[in-house]
Amino acid sequence: MSSVSGFSRLKRVTIKYKTWLVVSRRQPKNKAMKTNLFPAIKLTVVTLIFFSGVYTAIIWAVAQLAPNHGNGEVVVQHGKKYYTNLGQTFTEDKYFNSRSSAVDYNAAGSGGSNKGPSNPEYLQTVQARIDTFLLHNPEVKKSDIPVELVTASGSGLDPDISPKAALVQLKRIARTRNISEKNVQALIEANTEAPLLGLLGPAKVNVLKLNIALDQAK
Amino acid sequence: MNTEIFGIIAMFVLTAVFGLPLGKYIAKVYAGEKTALDPVFNPIEKQFFKISGIDQNAEMNWKQHMFSLITINMVWFILGMFVLMNQGWLPLNPDGNPGQSADLAFNTSISFVVNCNLQHYSGESGVSYLSQLFLMFLQFVTAGTGMAAAAVIFMALRERTTDQLGNFYNLMVKSCTRILLPLSIVVASVLAFSGTPMTFEGKDTIVNMQGDTVQVSRGPVAAFVAIKHLGTNGGGFYGANSAHPLENPNYLTNMTEMIAQMIIPMAMIFAFGFFLKRRKMGWMIFGVMTIGFLVLAIPTVIWEINGNPAIGHMGVDMSAGAMEGKETRLGSAASGFWSIATTVISTGSVNSMHDSAMPLSGMMQLLSMMTNAFYGGVGAGILNFFIFIILAVFISGLMVGRTPEFMGKKIEAREMKIAMIVALLHPFLILVGTALAAAFPSITAATLANPGFHGFSEMLYEYTSSAANNGSGFEGLGDNNPWWNITTGFVLILSRYLPIIGPVAIAGLLASKKYIPESAGTLKTDSATFGVMVLAVIVIITALSFFPALTLGPIAEYFTLR
Repeated sequence: MSSVSGFSRLKRVTIKYKTWLVVSRRQPKNKAMKTNLFPAIKLTVVTLIFFSGVYTAIIWAVAQLAPNHGNGEVVVQHGKKYYTNLGQTFTEDKYFNSRSSAVDYNAAGSGGSNKGPSNPEYLQTVQARIDTFLLHNPEVKKSDIPVELVTASGSGLDPDISPKAALVQLKRIARTRNISEKNVQALIEANTEAPLLGLLGPAKVNVLKLNIALDQAK
Repeated sequence: MNTEIFGIIAMFVLTAVFGLPLGKYIAKVYAGEKTALDPVFNPIEKQFFKISGIDQNAEMNWKQHMFSLITINMVWFILGMFVLMNQGWLPLNPDGNPGQSADLAFNTSISFVVNCNLQHYSGESGVSYLSQLFLMFLQFVTAGTGMAAAAVIFMALRERTTDQLGNFYNLMVKSCTRILLPLSIVVASVLAFSGTPMTFEGKDTIVNMQGDTVQVSRGPVAAFVAIKHLGTNGGGFYGANSAHPLENPNYLTNMTEMIAQMIIPMAMIFAFGFFLKRRKMGWMIFGVMTIGFLVLAIPTVIWEINGNPAIGHMGVDMSAGAMEGKETRLGSAASGFWSIATTVISTGSVNSMHDSAMPLSGMMQLLSMMTNAFYGGVGAGILNFFIFIILAVFISGLMVGRTPEFMGKKIEAREMKIAMIVALLHPFLILVGTALAAAFPSITAATLANPGFHGFSEMLYEYTSSAANNGSGFEGLGDNNPWWNITTGFVLILSRYLPIIGPVAIAGLLASKKYIPESAGTLKTDSATFGVMVLAVIVIITALSFFPALTLGPIAEYFTLR
């Protein structure tokens, strides 16, 4: 019994194989390769050269016409070069402090804290930052501390603070540097960048530029 | 705060204003009509096809289209694996970054080939400049792939009976050269003049004012960031993506990048209307998508502006909003708006860290990817929406007791089966993936950055982002390990190709059917009533599938944060 059914199965498989041979001869495999795979590889190579090479070269050439030749905006102060778009760690009392950073303002990397809003450990960190700020700025009321000064930025390289966050540090700067509050206020105002066209987006102060101006003022 | 609101409104309005003429142009490109850029691109494309041995005028049916699409995508994937694993010794690697591990290269290569850009690495240390340029190539051609698939649907829905639906290579290459490339040059130039680097030099070392020595990553950033948005790819040059001050130096670049990522998805809808000479249908689709988008975006912006109540209780000045993970130059309003735009249109680039967004904003970001049809990625958005239209046609056909018809073609059992499979695949991949991750805490618990409900949201977000081919993340998740690299890799493949093949198959089947002219008994599919029907289908499918998962994550977190 079993050998008969085994034989008939074999026969069926053979027939199937034979029909497959006929079909595959009608449309040989290398034809599918010819119509799709080889053109796909060749098209990949030419478009790769075009979009990775030619397009990149065009943009590189355009960037050479831009102010800093595509190297990022820099400012040179006492022979030292700084990138104006990248924030720096400013924790000393004589400087306007920048925001907290998850990467310590080292632009070898970038990123935020990624702490969720309800994370208890994170909320303790924020509370500690508030306490530290009040310790360094005893003349400031807690309700005047702008929230961005006690939170970390998304990139960890935020170059800016809001004008409010600069003003809240005014008294400390004046006290530590022994200059009049009026002068410090004038510096903040001179370094405040208005919203785009005066009406789009937030106003901001570049902390690096402000601190350079502060060092020059004395 | 007012200027921040104006900023958002300006971004949205400008996108629609520029999108309309672009849509007209796209329709012309796909119809093969004359355009102003012909003298530039005709000879270039001719050379491409001559070298590749492709007859760009050979018409294909829908199966040939899909076969060509899958074949060339496979070539890109294999080449991608090779480049990423060997970047350590290949040229253009000034920082000496090592080759990627096999599982990371698998995930990276797939996620760029499927237009997702999940990025389980950080650009500064995970890839060489050669790899960046190769990934940039993928950002062009994979966007072109999605657009070509959408164009096949355009061809199929014309008033005629045919199986000749244009040539895949022709549509794909033209999408890249004539639509993505010119716009990329404009956007990249704006970025280069705003301070975004475009150089091949490696890391710079500087000493800060307070005396710490730090490094500065550079590279060919401007070219990369332009196409990452225009192609709705979203993969950043740097780890922090468009929150990084070199990728997105000021509010002008933020607006440019925002408009760049939304403009083609919007223009594709207008192109649909122009191409098929059914403008009313185009406006109906645009209307439904815009309502869906605004319903997701407006509350998110408000929650982000209001900020974190738990920090508010500490007594500080909350007027800047939820600033954890956000940039001062962009502000909380524009960041909230971006977080929804980038999730509805499957870009997945971020200008703030979604992990630190308010719980319900996180839910809206998830919902944007779960619906995945409001504007949607370049090409892919129309494909996803097409499925919902088919479902709505069928359901409303049943409700009024008529044979369901769309654009003069009967919708029958076979089309419905395909539509159902595609519609159910999305929740299936997300929920099964998350359930598996939650079932193996021994592997996944250590990768979470936050405890409790938020940790669950991180897992849910990762699979949702993969299944929507979005690529953003709750980035606290430690995702560069075999579990996340491999599981999301498979989700990515399934969720890219089936939702392309399905709609194209339906369109191909419809195209070969007899055209039935409109009569008094035809269900009007370009009316506002039908628009409401489509919206209802989208809401019901999404709500029923995802509500339980959302209650365990963001909703539960919201109630703990009082």
